[in-house]
Amino acid sequence: MSALAVNSLNLHHGLLHAVRDLSLNVAEGEIVALVGANGAGKTTLLRAIAGAHRPTSGTITYGGADITHRAAHRRVNMGIALVPEGRRLFTQMTVEENLLLGRMSGRPGTWTVDKVLETFPNLTARRTARAATLSGGEQQATAIGRALMSNPSLLLLDELSLGLSPIAVDRLYESLRALMQSGTTILLVEQDLGRAMQVATRVICMLEGHVVLEAPTANLAREQVTDAYFGLAQHRVPA
Amino acid sequence: MINTIVQGVLLGGYYALIAAGLSFMFSVMRIINLAHGSLAVLAAYLLLVLAQNYHLSPFVGLIIVLPLMAVIGFLLQRFVLDRAMQAGQLVPILATFGLSIVIDNGLFETFGANTRSLSNFIGTLSYDSIALPGDIYVGELAVGTFVLAVAVLGGLQLFLSFTPYGRAIRATAEDPDTAGLVGINPRMATAIASAIALFTVGLAGAALGMRGTFDAYAGASQLLFAFEAAVIGGAGSVWGTLIGGIVLALAQTFGAKVSPLGFLLAGHGVFLVVLFVRIWLVGGVRGFFRRPV
Repeated sequence: MSALAVNSLNLHHGLLHAVRDLSLNVAEGEIVALVGANGAGKTTLLRAIAGAHRPTSGTITYGGADITHRAAHRRVNMGIALVPEGRRLFTQMTVEENLLLGRMSGRPGTWTVDKVLETFPNLTARRTARAATLSGGEQQATAIGRALMSNPSLLLLDELSLGLSPIAVDRLYESLRALMQSGTTILLVEQDLGRAMQVATRVICMLEGHVVLEAPTANLAREQVTDAYFGLAQHRVPA
Repeated sequence: MINTIVQGVLLGGYYALIAAGLSFMFSVMRIINLAHGSLAVLAAYLLLVLAQNYHLSPFVGLIIVLPLMAVIGFLLQRFVLDRAMQAGQLVPILATFGLSIVIDNGLFETFGANTRSLSNFIGTLSYDSIALPGDIYVGELAVGTFVLAVAVLGGLQLFLSFTPYGRAIRATAEDPDTAGLVGINPRMATAIASAIALFTVGLAGAALGMRGTFDAYAGASQLLFAFEAAVIGGAGSVWGTLIGGIVLALAQTFGAKVSPLGFLLAGHGVFLVVLFVRIWLVGGVRGFFRRPV
């Protein structure tokens, strides 16, 4: 059964048609990587799934319920959590306060502030520091922790590595390994193709608002993805 | 001299009390509620009606009026300010300005032009005083108002810092979209904040009615004092509001010593000086209104 189903979704940014008639399914427990060039519509798609961007047309269903017009905070109640591009922490608040905000949905589960700090040990010393004073890696860890505090069943990760040093990215994915093996459904946007193919069970490549390639990582060659990425593949959907 | 300072500080407590809700709403929702003074006067009239018609002491009346004011705040945010905020920064200010006119004239129609007071209904409290060393007498009511102001401001600070709803309100103030993404209902958070602000307005209305007189159009001057105290104290900071109220009141009481006209003049003078210094410090009017909380 698919946990998340997106059907013929159209998304606009003003006059820009960011996502065009896009459909995709994510099954429970799957880890799906969304790849594609800048402006392909990946971030807009994630924001629409989380409820931060209103679709022009199409439907989004989660766990069988139509959530197309549901407010963002009610989707968090259903178990959808987004780690937004650029982290979007509450900069005037401390790390701990940011994490506690993730609990506002009141979903039952095992995540606590202490467990987040265990998962991201580099945050322990910064527990009472204001989010504005954190390094990029610490901010990203806090943003992921805040999302985890809502005990999500579907985690949307938007460009975790953006603006981070390669070492910080390695450490972040290292911390996430246990989570990724725990059966949480994950849809992630990742610019690093190697990393995406390594962590995901399936890769979806987007180009100009369309899905141009969709395949399990097991039988996928890197060249196929790069061709799709640059629009060189034959099976491109006409606009 | 010392007497002037003591009386000024106590008056400052009253200004801080009326400024608390105004500054809370500004810091949390970036709304300058121009109906603030009129709503305080409305609360005072509600207490008067309960006292006159139902023989309820204003202190008992507060049990009814405070929740009612909170409900008014909730509905005001939900049905007026929420919509106005979507139309830009100026529209909520205009909306509350319109609301103040509606309230003022509604009160005038209902209660007429007579000057009223709650002091008849609180026994000897309106003139009882405490003797301090140095031949200084302070009114019990003034001391009570000051203590209440400190309690309200401290309570707001503790609420914002240490409760989940306080955190949710601060998060919504900083970034409503992201607040929604972490599971906060931003509309609910702002409506609760507005309810809390009007709860404090109810207390301010009670203090206004007990310490002196009011009429249907008394809201404007209350708004002005509240606004001046909030700006002097650094619009949006909780303890700054108390300092602002005290500075304003001290300027007024010392001004009154110089000349009977000095009371208002010195208050406005200090307000203007602080305002211009602040604007100059943050680099112009735009900077002043775009400061982070």
